[in-house]
Amino acid sequence: MSETPEPRGYLSQAWLVILLALVYGGALAGVQTKLQPMIDENKRLETYRQIPALVGIAESTDDAEIIIEQRQIEDDDGRKQKVYLALVDGKPQGWVLPAGGMGFADRIELLIGLDPAAETITGLWVLDQKETPGLGDLIRDEEFRSRFVGKSTGEHIEAKPEPKRSNEILTLTGATISSRSVAEIVNQTVERFKGALRREDTTPTSGKPDR
Amino acid sequence: MPSQGPTALERFVGGILPENPVYRQLLGMCPTLAVTGGMKPAMTMAGATAFVLISANVIVSLIRGLLKPHLRILVFTLTIATFVTIADLILKAVPALYPMSKELGPYVPLIIVNCLIISRCEICSSKQGLGIAMADGVGVSLGFALALGSIATVREILGSGTWFGQPVMPDGWANWGIMVLPPGAFLTLGLLLGGAEWIGQRREKRREKGKV
Repeated sequence: MSETPEPRGYLSQAWLVILLALVYGGALAGVQTKLQPMIDENKRLETYRQIPALVGIAESTDDAEIIIEQRQIEDDDGRKQKVYLALVDGKPQGWVLPAGGMGFADRIELLIGLDPAAETITGLWVLDQKETPGLGDLIRDEEFRSRFVGKSTGEHIEAKPEPKRSNEILTLTGATISSRSVAEIVNQTVERFKGALRREDTTPTSGKPDR
Repeated sequence: MPSQGPTALERFVGGILPENPVYRQLLGMCPTLAVTGGMKPAMTMAGATAFVLISANVIVSLIRGLLKPHLRILVFTLTIATFVTIADLILKAVPALYPMSKELGPYVPLIIVNCLIISRCEICSSKQGLGIAMADGVGVSLGFALALGSIATVREILGSGTWFGQPVMPDGWANWGIMVLPPGAFLTLGLLLGGAEWIGQRREKRREKGKV
């Protein structure tokens, strides 16, 4: 193998790379199509497991008493959004909004818990992230997520290294962009849909649990 | 098929201990340090790496006659990246593996840059036949699993008092918190590497004495 490649056209050199890229691309598309429903189902189950804690239902509450309804809401521009309503004994406990947006490395997917009046954030959960290990991925930790709990939905949350005002949260050291991204995803989603949530009827639709 | 270089058996055995990717070649340090806080993530990583390594070895060995020398690394990387993406999707899709996929997070996509895989493509499968490439993939995967398992065993037992999540230490055992943190990975790896080197040198000496 000592012949030096002559620049006799890219195709004769690169046909294998191009062919492989096409074959691999096709194979990946196939695998993705096949597995996506299972991935979505895993995320759905995880969402349902997290909802009670996100809206502040006490752990001692019997699972059978908790009813979770999945609903579709629309913001003022007509954009649709899936939302979960958690009820105990027919009384609304709070909303959980799935949200997503760009982080530092890749998309971050969140679940945001809100009180029934959509005025306070009651919980935050990270469904998916690929932030830097050891720095940005600390957004998954309870310690960071709890910084959002109790914040008012009327204020724009900002991640600051030295939080002073009530709308500011402490940034993660070494992960400023990840922290800001999470705050921004929360802000955008909450601001867009809180009006629609307040208009939404919180009485249970039919009493049949959507499990 | 006339094939130069080690035979399938030599490749297989070599990958496990004599040429162990972690202890002898010091390759794949990123996952070795990062995911060995417990046996479950370590074995998930070992399994995912084995899948990628064996698949990439098979494909590269099959197309080795078509490889252009100056484009070979590109082809290796493309092949490895494809199988890593598939492994990542499988981990996310299988309900039993989903929690591990969340815990490992970006370390699964990072298998792409694990140089132990590309080194096997370069050293073995781009030069040797399918059977040898498969034996090599399985052997090196076992060696990698052994290395991750040994480090994870030490770290999980000392750091959490458990093994695969099951309590193994007597009541009243005080967990060494440092073992599950990054420094514990460096300490354990350093001590085990030193131990492996010591055993290797002693064996070498004994062999030399035997000859004389």
